[in-house]
Amino acid sequence: MDLLQEALYRKAAYNSRRHFLKQCSSGMGAMALGMLMGCDKLLPQTSRPSKNAFNGLSHFAPKAKQVIFLHMAGGPSHLELFDFKPELKKLDGQHTPKSLMEGKEFAFLKGTPKLLGPQASFAQHGGSGAFVSDYMPEFAKMVDEVSFLKAMHTDEFNHAPAQLLMHTGSARLGKPSMGSWTVYGLGSENQNLPGFVVLTSGGGGSISAGKSAWGSGFLPTIHQGVHCRSKGDPVLFLSNPGYMDSRLRKKSIDAINEINRLEHEQVGDPEILSRISQYELAFRMQSAVPEVMDISNEPAYIHDMYGTEPGEGSFANNCLLARRLVEQGVRFIQLFDNRWDTHGVGAGNGVGEGMRRSCKAIDQPIAALLQDLKQRGLLEETLVVWGGEFGRTPMMEARTGEGFDGRDHHLEAFTMWMAGAGVKKGYVYGETDEIGYYGTSGRTHVHDLQATILHQLGFDHERLTYEFQGRNFRLTDVHGRVIHEVLG
Amino acid sequence: MKKGIFIGGAALIGLFFLFWGMWGAQLFQDPISYNQHIRPIVNNKCIACHGGVKQSGGFSLLFEEEAKAPTESGKPAIIPGKAKDSEMVSRLTHHDAELRMPYGREPLSEDEIELITKWIDQGAKWEEHWAYSPPKKDIPVPKLSADWEPKNQLDHFIFTQLEAMGLPQSPEAEKEVLLRRLYLDLVGLPPTLEDYERFSKSAMETAYEEEVDRLLDLPQFGEKWASFWLDLARYADSKGYEKDLHRSIWKYRDWVIDAFNADMGFDAFTIAQLAGDLLPNPSEADLIATAFHRNTMANDEGGTNDEEFRVAAVMERVGTTYEVWQSTTMACVQCHSHPYDPIRHEDFFRSMAIFNNTADKDLYNEQPKLLTYEDEDKEKVRNALTWINRQVNSDHQLENIENSFLHQQKEKLLYQVGYRKVEAEEFQDKSRFIELVGHDQKSIWQVQDSSWVMYENVELTDISSISLGYASLTGAKVEIRLDEPLGEKIGEGTFGITAKNFPANRPQNWEGLTIPVKKVTGHRDVYLYFQKDKTFAQDLVRVDWLFFHLDDAPYKKLSSDIQDAIEDLYEIEAVHTPIFQELEGEKQRQSFVFARGDWRSPDEEVEPGLPAILGDLADSVPPRLAFAHWLVHPNNPLTARVMVNRIWEQIFGFGLIETMEDFGSQGFEPTHPELLDWLAIRFIHTHNWSMKSLIKEILMSATYRQSSHVTDEALEKDPYNKYLSRGSRTRLPSETLRDKALAISGLLVPERGGPSVMPYQPEGLRDFSGVFWHQSEGKDKYRRAIYTYWKRTNPYPSMATFDNPSREVCTSRRIRTNTPLQSLVLLNDPAYIEMAEAFASKIHREHPEDIEKGIATHLQLITAVPPAKEKVKVLTSLYQEALDDYQTQELAEEEARHLALTLVCNAMFNLDEFINRR
Repeated sequence: MDLLQEALYRKAAYNSRRHFLKQCSSGMGAMALGMLMGCDKLLPQTSRPSKNAFNGLSHFAPKAKQVIFLHMAGGPSHLELFDFKPELKKLDGQHTPKSLMEGKEFAFLKGTPKLLGPQASFAQHGGSGAFVSDYMPEFAKMVDEVSFLKAMHTDEFNHAPAQLLMHTGSARLGKPSMGSWTVYGLGSENQNLPGFVVLTSGGGGSISAGKSAWGSGFLPTIHQGVHCRSKGDPVLFLSNPGYMDSRLRKKSIDAINEINRLEHEQVGDPEILSRISQYELAFRMQSAVPEVMDISNEPAYIHDMYGTEPGEGSFANNCLLARRLVEQGVRFIQLFDNRWDTHGVGAGNGVGEGMRRSCKAIDQPIAALLQDLKQRGLLEETLVVWGGEFGRTPMMEARTGEGFDGRDHHLEAFTMWMAGAGVKKGYVYGETDEIGYYGTSGRTHVHDLQATILHQLGFDHERLTYEFQGRNFRLTDVHGRVIHEVLG
Repeated sequence: MKKGIFIGGAALIGLFFLFWGMWGAQLFQDPISYNQHIRPIVNNKCIACHGGVKQSGGFSLLFEEEAKAPTESGKPAIIPGKAKDSEMVSRLTHHDAELRMPYGREPLSEDEIELITKWIDQGAKWEEHWAYSPPKKDIPVPKLSADWEPKNQLDHFIFTQLEAMGLPQSPEAEKEVLLRRLYLDLVGLPPTLEDYERFSKSAMETAYEEEVDRLLDLPQFGEKWASFWLDLARYADSKGYEKDLHRSIWKYRDWVIDAFNADMGFDAFTIAQLAGDLLPNPSEADLIATAFHRNTMANDEGGTNDEEFRVAAVMERVGTTYEVWQSTTMACVQCHSHPYDPIRHEDFFRSMAIFNNTADKDLYNEQPKLLTYEDEDKEKVRNALTWINRQVNSDHQLENIENSFLHQQKEKLLYQVGYRKVEAEEFQDKSRFIELVGHDQKSIWQVQDSSWVMYENVELTDISSISLGYASLTGAKVEIRLDEPLGEKIGEGTFGITAKNFPANRPQNWEGLTIPVKKVTGHRDVYLYFQKDKTFAQDLVRVDWLFFHLDDAPYKKLSSDIQDAIEDLYEIEAVHTPIFQELEGEKQRQSFVFARGDWRSPDEEVEPGLPAILGDLADSVPPRLAFAHWLVHPNNPLTARVMVNRIWEQIFGFGLIETMEDFGSQGFEPTHPELLDWLAIRFIHTHNWSMKSLIKEILMSATYRQSSHVTDEALEKDPYNKYLSRGSRTRLPSETLRDKALAISGLLVPERGGPSVMPYQPEGLRDFSGVFWHQSEGKDKYRRAIYTYWKRTNPYPSMATFDNPSREVCTSRRIRTNTPLQSLVLLNDPAYIEMAEAFASKIHREHPEDIEKGIATHLQLITAVPPAKEKVKVLTSLYQEALDDYQTQELAEEEARHLALTLVCNAMFNLDEFINRR
């Protein structure tokens, strides 16, 4: 085990030693024990990604080694994408029955709004015959790779809490995100790159829930997501000042480490050795991160396939980066694309032309990502998840009294899909009513999705826990059921 | 290194078995103690199903009366004195796995069963968890053998423990190291070369104490010590949640700094922050102190329910108060009774009732607020007030102009002369679809069709018209209505189109619309009800101010220069600080238990009160004030212990109880329980709650003065230095790292207080509401870290990397990490590069001829002791190599030297000795 790994694990073990002491006979405790004892078998041997190095720390045999989560922030309308509702078309323009409004809270709807028919046209695709609208023609060709969850539901109808619920299992701040849980449980496969990377596009590169959506909550901060930026340094402060080239930087780090070594000889604090290894890792990251983030050396056919243009902070570029990061063994890759809050408060902001335009930005890249992962044999071990924090109402949002084609936030029903890593191919689970308001069968909650993702990574979501403030916390709180129906 | 790890691990396991062994040995000693022997078993094996969340079979072990009460079977599970007849014992040993407890798990060990059996046979004597009983006043100070060299009584406790562990006291640290330790711990800044020289020449015993006293008195003391309190207070310059807009609350930060500097007693410090508004004749400072609980997050996201987030804030205040003062995890009790500690579900809501009566309600404008003036404006306002007051008719005059509460006097005088202008954003209620503009929120926008704002309790007698300052791209209509959104209409008007666009979302000029209104008398709630005119839009109209025109307004009869003075006076901007204000009379809220913690499910009504385990609330004063008094009552079992623990952690890096946030039965046990209690008693009775006095006592100890050098033996027996077998060695907090580099480089601007500043941070950082970082100019770039603007959803990156919390919620301790991202900050953050450059210039200036000597001399600023030759040599070689390199480039010699020296200074700021305090 090299110095860096030793130090990293020592730190993690240090922070978890209480858990170790309490739970040394089982699960995560055994893992902490492995760390403390320097049990080499449990740890990656090299700084190179190794295809078979599943750290042996999971609860059972995992199907997924890595996760790519494509989050359409704002809440994309299921009614214009995958949930075909001919009945809603017939009811277009009619007042919503009172029974649907009573006792319900919406963010902006009031009074008795009118129903809004689907703005897209639908057709069945692939061998599975799944419905996809004409907003997503490229993705439509990939439906035989995915399992749809058509009756997802959530508890929150505002963006920030709903996004937090989706990623941390709680609508309130302070809980670790799914990616943090994952790297806490599995570690990273590449010691030159962070194990949990976040990429954003649209909406100025930020989302309602902010950094908390990839925060580590009460887990040690080494598990938090690293937001790689599209402009400037991909990771903050990665580049040396102009007058210091990599050779001089290396010399200065050697000098720093040499003095730190002298200091260690004198005072004996082992923490100094971790410091030394962190400087070595920082230096390696200075070349590894820009290298993986630089898509300009990808061949032309790949750029054509994804629709990428080097230098942009686009969703397409982020999809390509996601594949590159997967290849490098990054454990959890979280994409946020923020352009899906289709209230229709102005022209081009609704689920009609506005959303059709938004879909252009994601359709080809998503299809390319699935295709590309598949042709490289990576889809079998990479779980791809797509969705938003909630869906949209079948009602037109009457905020402005008249006019535009908007839908309000809707928590009772929305569609998500998963692909790869043991998920059934070309499958649909769950159904909504005639207008896509409620799930009528196969309803799945956000916590169920989370339980399923952890399950594919080899974790029992009830046993991946961390003790904080006197009790064991987990991603799914006290809820969650693995959606075995979509697992092959 | 591998060996080191192994030893660490082995030591831990060794300790584990040591405890195990001790426990085993005590098995058969009498009497069995509930806390020592039974509670650990109950907490690990039973309470998940027989506690606050679940009471399977009608049996709970949380409270004595419940544990001994009849269960569903009709008889008690524990019959004191009769283990054989007790269901608890028979179920633990039942042969049928279906009936044996713990259900579906491994049975208890024979030893555990024996302990429980004996305990019941001995009468099942119950004990409360230690934290709920006050510390004993007569804790004897342990006696030490002559081998030890204590400096004060505190050492006796520490050294007794070391003796038991077979570890020696460490020798005293080098003088310079001690001096630096004092500087960093007391004022968060490093000594200068002169300070080192002065101190190294002085006589140790007297000089040390003099130095402690001198540093305690410096104003930089408060700037250092405020940080941990601001983490607890979740102080930030923005409101949190999606929009995370600006919040003006920095006067609270300055209040905390001043309170530490003035050595305000922790009792008064507590009362001011929780109930300063309820004190008799509260001062401006008392009110600003109550901003403590106005640091809760506020949600300005469109479409949110204000009551939901008001309730969320009040619930958060309950959890925070108990965490800060009682290290009790009250937030657990929000949804159900405490799973492990004897606190009931309704207790949370009785506590919530204490805080449920403040006037704030998640309003955009954060009312209620205290408006004050900064020194330079204070003078202006007082002069203008005095002058205007002399010019106006005696009926309208103020009696005299006081120095405090100037804004209230200004409002009163302006009101009396009939100058009744209101800032539009200062409404008391609004509908959805009303927002305030951007970061400063000084005008209304996103007014949509049929939305409204309300101004409460406006005196309308003799008001004949109302003007509005507005701007609009589409035109709109407004109706003026009374008492409810569609109440009696007393006037209406139409806004015209004032501009084609608003550059950067801000109107460049405002126009006035005057609306005649029907005369009414008395105080009424005034509603502005907006409607579209010809065009629908998301943004119908912007509104900046309102003016209520009084018939025969007295100010109109005054000369034009006085009228001008009045207008000027109105325009002087005050500093807004959100504060606590208690609702009176019929406005008081009722409080309910919320089923499962959901505010939409109110259950039975509750009165303000304490958890039964913690005592009763006096009813002579308002509940919130009584609660604050109770917290600092000498009999409160927790407050002093909790605060002593926090101060201990600030100095040694770990608390005597490591789980700073939880003293309950699931928290860690104290490493030195007697010392904790002994110090708590001294804090109350000897130091009279003086934090400086407590800090000094700790710093004067021999424990504190030990060298941090570690031996293999100490590393094995005390791997994390929890028992203080040596001086502590901890990574400095982000604030100190920045301040230290600023001070060493000579860039530090020592100016104190005032609005938060925005030093350099990388470009392109945005948040949900756009660009928010407007980099400070001039001296504000180099202020101490505590003054850096704290944006919750986008914390200052270099500080966040060094483990600063976001301060969205109360944080009891920062978990220190050691990551490569930290290395990147110190290596490459342009702010640190600039400091390295300034440091290089300073060295160059002072040693123009002999740069190597300059490096050797200034390296002491990093190493404290005169630096070892080898270390100097590494840096001078680095300098030479870099210089050779730059000399081959086309650079002027001066430039090459400066760059090479900057590289060396940058390396110095990355040395472990810079990053750590030892």
